[in-house]
Amino acid sequence: MSSEVTNPFETNDQERRGKKIELAVKYSTLAMTWLLIIPVLAIIIFLVYKAWPALSVEFLLDNPEKKMTAGGIWGPLIGTFFLVLVSLIIAAPIGILAGVYLNEFARDNWLTRFINLAVVNLAGVPSIVHGLFGLGAFVYFLGMDRCLLAASCTVAVMTLPVIITSTKEALASVPMSFRVACWNMGATKWQTIRTIVLPNSISGILTGVILQVARAAGETAPILFTGAMISSRIADSGWDAMVPYGLEDRFMALSYHLYIISTQWQNVPESFKFGTAAVMIGLVIAVNSLSIGFRIYLRARKKW
Amino acid sequence: MPETTPDSGSGFSLRRSIQKVVDFSEPAIVGLIHLCGWSAIIFVMAIFYFVFSESLPAITGLEEGLDHAEVEKLDMVEFTTSPKWIPESAKRPTFGILALMIGTLSVTVLSMIIAVPLGLGAAVYVSEFARGRSREILKVLIELLAAIPSVVWGFIGLVVLNPMLVDVTGEPVGLNILNAGIVLALMSVPIIVSVSEDALRAVPDSFREAGIALGANRWEMVYKVLFPAAKNGLLAAVLLGIGRGIGETMAVLMCTGHSVNMPTSVFDPVRTLTATIAAELGEAVRGDMHYHTLFLIGVVLFVFAFIINLTADLIVKGIKVQGNE
Repeated sequence: MSSEVTNPFETNDQERRGKKIELAVKYSTLAMTWLLIIPVLAIIIFLVYKAWPALSVEFLLDNPEKKMTAGGIWGPLIGTFFLVLVSLIIAAPIGILAGVYLNEFARDNWLTRFINLAVVNLAGVPSIVHGLFGLGAFVYFLGMDRCLLAASCTVAVMTLPVIITSTKEALASVPMSFRVACWNMGATKWQTIRTIVLPNSISGILTGVILQVARAAGETAPILFTGAMISSRIADSGWDAMVPYGLEDRFMALSYHLYIISTQWQNVPESFKFGTAAVMIGLVIAVNSLSIGFRIYLRARKKW
Repeated sequence: MPETTPDSGSGFSLRRSIQKVVDFSEPAIVGLIHLCGWSAIIFVMAIFYFVFSESLPAITGLEEGLDHAEVEKLDMVEFTTSPKWIPESAKRPTFGILALMIGTLSVTVLSMIIAVPLGLGAAVYVSEFARGRSREILKVLIELLAAIPSVVWGFIGLVVLNPMLVDVTGEPVGLNILNAGIVLALMSVPIIVSVSEDALRAVPDSFREAGIALGANRWEMVYKVLFPAAKNGLLAAVLLGIGRGIGETMAVLMCTGHSVNMPTSVFDPVRTLTATIAAELGEAVRGDMHYHTLFLIGVVLFVFAFIINLTADLIVKGIKVQGNE
């Protein structure tokens, strides 16, 4: 240290250089962040722009016709809806109860570590391997054949780990004192969970479940071999038009539809492909906004 | 919070009798909760069992080869070292996955070269420089990247990136390693950003304060204090990104050009392990060698993913243990 500095608080050259570096780093990392986001926003706008000629209420509500060169996407849309619905009906109870187990019952032992490891690995299994599993287990072994139920089961297994993880986190955010107070009133463990823990964490759990809706709706690989089909005849009116797919029927799905019309099929109007992609992105954004809204609501409502 | 205390009035109460049934069934419900808790283990094992058992005949030998008298068996040496993947050849089908593995590897490596610096930069900005509302908005936008379905990413590569690459690079077709690498980079960035941001934020503020107090500027603090302190988490972030890259199916199926090829430059088309399964399983006849071999590729992918996730998990656990000390 030199002793010539008269005012120790005066900025010296080194500090000024440091400040410059700091600013340079700040703005370059900011630029990197936007470099990730801006192209994607631009692409989304481009997709919507190209899809504009096709986007209409009829596009959503008409069935694909004339080998998918006319009509709309009603069949795939409602197929995806049922796929998501059935897979959630299967995955949500199992996932939420598993989250309850991990946060409320599990002790800190090797079994719990093993379960946590399994959850992490289940989340990391490639989606196409889930598809193979669905084909081997549900379609052939359980004899479901390729159908909505088999595909939903496959997607359910796939969405399970994230539901478990988000449920666990939501439950962990409920303060321990709430439980202790309830136990002191003489309540059993399950009573405490049912009346105190779950009601206080329901928004957090729902946020996780809603995010899984978006994921389940967009997946293609797991349903490729477990039930999705290129096109099927769907009734135009009445109850059959609303519920065109039974659990044992093969079904159309938005993601599979987009894959087929953009790679396998000829003569599909350009705007139809862009329209399908834009509808999928629109759905994903809508579902995500819902979940973000939930999170904001949850934060505002938190009482502890 | 729902009212739970039974009303003190005498007489029949529907609510109280429902309550009784619910309380009475507590052991059953607790049992169910335990069962669901173990479900993750059950499913991971089931996935391995079913995928492995469908691939087993390829390893042990097919009893009823179509018109072969002798037992048909997959040549393991050829499987792992041959770059030739000609499953439907009438004369002599060849099942070599070397080219497919190289395809997966090259696309993943390129995507990581793009995604890791950008992801780390974004994580540093979001965690250390951004404040309040702008941080929230950036996080939401990055989460949005994660939510776009992979088939839509594939479509973007096909119709947006493909013509752009043709214009820029002058190659006749824009479906190649570069295209898939860029798409995959954008897909794996969200997980890299969120895991490394968590890792950076897990470093106690006292570390930052100590760094600043010693006269470091913010960059020196990030580079010399935070990165070493959070290195395990950052490594785990990269590993999870790699895992995502290896497992990604639809986007690489649509963007790589889909030709079995040993690539010599990033402008070559390739084919990946995942894309091969997705494209060919629909046509493979159940029970023949092609079908079982595709499941064997599934086993290979499962094992890769398992190793990567296990390593990432152990590394993250390592941080937690350190943090407790």
